[in-house]
Amino acid sequence: MSEAHRDLAVPNARDINANAAAWLERRVCEDWSAQDQSELDAWLSQSPAHRVAYLRLEAVWSRTYRLAPLRGPSRDGLRKRALPILSRVVAALMLVAVMGAGIWSLSGTKEQTYATGIGGHHSIVLADGTRVELDTDTVLRARIGGMKTVWLDRGEAFFQVVHDKAHPFVVIAGKRRVTDLGTKFLVRRSSEHLEVAVMEGRVRFDTADNAAHGALLVRGDIATTTANSISIVKATPEKLAGEIGWRQGVLVFSHMTLASAAAEFNRYNARKLIVADPAVARMTIDGTFRTGNIDAFTDVAKEVLGLRIDHRGEDTVISR
Amino acid sequence: MIETPETRSGNADPHGRAQAVTISGTDAWFVQEILPLEALLRQFLRHNWHGNGDVEDMLQDIYVRVYQAAQQQVPAQPRQFVFAIARNLLIDRVRQERIIPIEAVADLENMDVATDEAAPDRIVIARDELRRLQAAFDCLPPRCREAVMMKQVDGLSRREIAQRMGVSEETVKRHLTNGMCALADLFLGSSSDAGKKP
Repeated sequence: MSEAHRDLAVPNARDINANAAAWLERRVCEDWSAQDQSELDAWLSQSPAHRVAYLRLEAVWSRTYRLAPLRGPSRDGLRKRALPILSRVVAALMLVAVMGAGIWSLSGTKEQTYATGIGGHHSIVLADGTRVELDTDTVLRARIGGMKTVWLDRGEAFFQVVHDKAHPFVVIAGKRRVTDLGTKFLVRRSSEHLEVAVMEGRVRFDTADNAAHGALLVRGDIATTTANSISIVKATPEKLAGEIGWRQGVLVFSHMTLASAAAEFNRYNARKLIVADPAVARMTIDGTFRTGNIDAFTDVAKEVLGLRIDHRGEDTVISR
Repeated sequence: MIETPETRSGNADPHGRAQAVTISGTDAWFVQEILPLEALLRQFLRHNWHGNGDVEDMLQDIYVRVYQAAQQQVPAQPRQFVFAIARNLLIDRVRQERIIPIEAVADLENMDVATDEAAPDRIVIARDELRRLQAAFDCLPPRCREAVMMKQVDGLSRREIAQRMGVSEETVKRHLTNGMCALADLFLGSSSDAGKKP
């Protein structure tokens, strides 16, 4: 059979793959406008073959930043060549940073502190134009000058950064550091872990003292770290929207355990939900609730899951 | 009451969101449930098809059919579903071929082999994933690998990569697109259980 005959019989997978790769490369490398996105969408809807090819390449490509932790000093030829160059660049950048710090404290860039109480939600615009939305019970300090650094001491904040390549925007949360590479992202800090979710663009996520152990996060990634682990998952658009539901004053639960859902409500309300029974705590719930509407949540627990709701003083106990 | 898949999907969705997720989630479903079967699918096609036609094209054809079917209704058992589609495709191909090589149909009776295999444990897949990703990455041509590393791990722009590698941006683009295709083939084409059988 001739090549031509085969081409008539089925669309050529290799050509479609090459086109899908060209789109993906453009999306990850170029400034991506709404116009670009609509062109990509048009190409994807031309044929399901286009869509599956693109999904397939993107699914694998989006995992490759997991290679980051593998990079280390004792590696094969490639990294031996690449690392010294990088180390020199990093060293040069650090020198600039140190010099910057000196000039900056002399010029007296002021540190501003912003805080919200329980149930609070507050928007601020920093000196560089970056918008920050503070969620409930959050403390954030900002020092915007030659360098742009924000410390998230507690709570959760959503950042819409005005990207400036020469002066990257850095969020420090404990020992972790998130560096903006043109983006919108969410940082949430609790006593046990730190979560970073990227809504648009990309960020670099590493430890404050060791840039070598970092990861590049792109749109849809949610990274969760504890003292000694980091896990990165790809979130669905629904899950991602749920992460920032609080900006609209809602909590979005998708297969969330009752224990986690109750903990979420408790972040926003003085009146606390208590789930003591482990079997109840493991049950899951779906839905969208206003952050202050505990009653809607307990109604679902009662009517749909068949649980008991008792009021004990200020608190509400959910049990079987 | 203990959590079961039934109580999960049936319960506590006063806003009907579960439905919405199912419809808009075909892409996610395809990536999570279908792509991990690629190694087995390739193996299946290689074992059961000796006629004309490229495995890549057949694979794509299967994916398209699976995706389109899932847009109507997401199959409850993705694995069985994918192999049923693959089998139908092979039967269609046999009918289309003007001259059918005898081997092309020889195995059609025994085509279910791959579906009988138990799905590997998901945790094992996750643990295995990084190792396979690394293996795929190591198979890339050196310059291509270097470009991919600079892009994905160091987060450099196309121009920065071009400057460091001393090549044009067009060349970087080629390295990256080739890398994307090769990584998908290598990563999805390998699997922890593909080597064992049939």
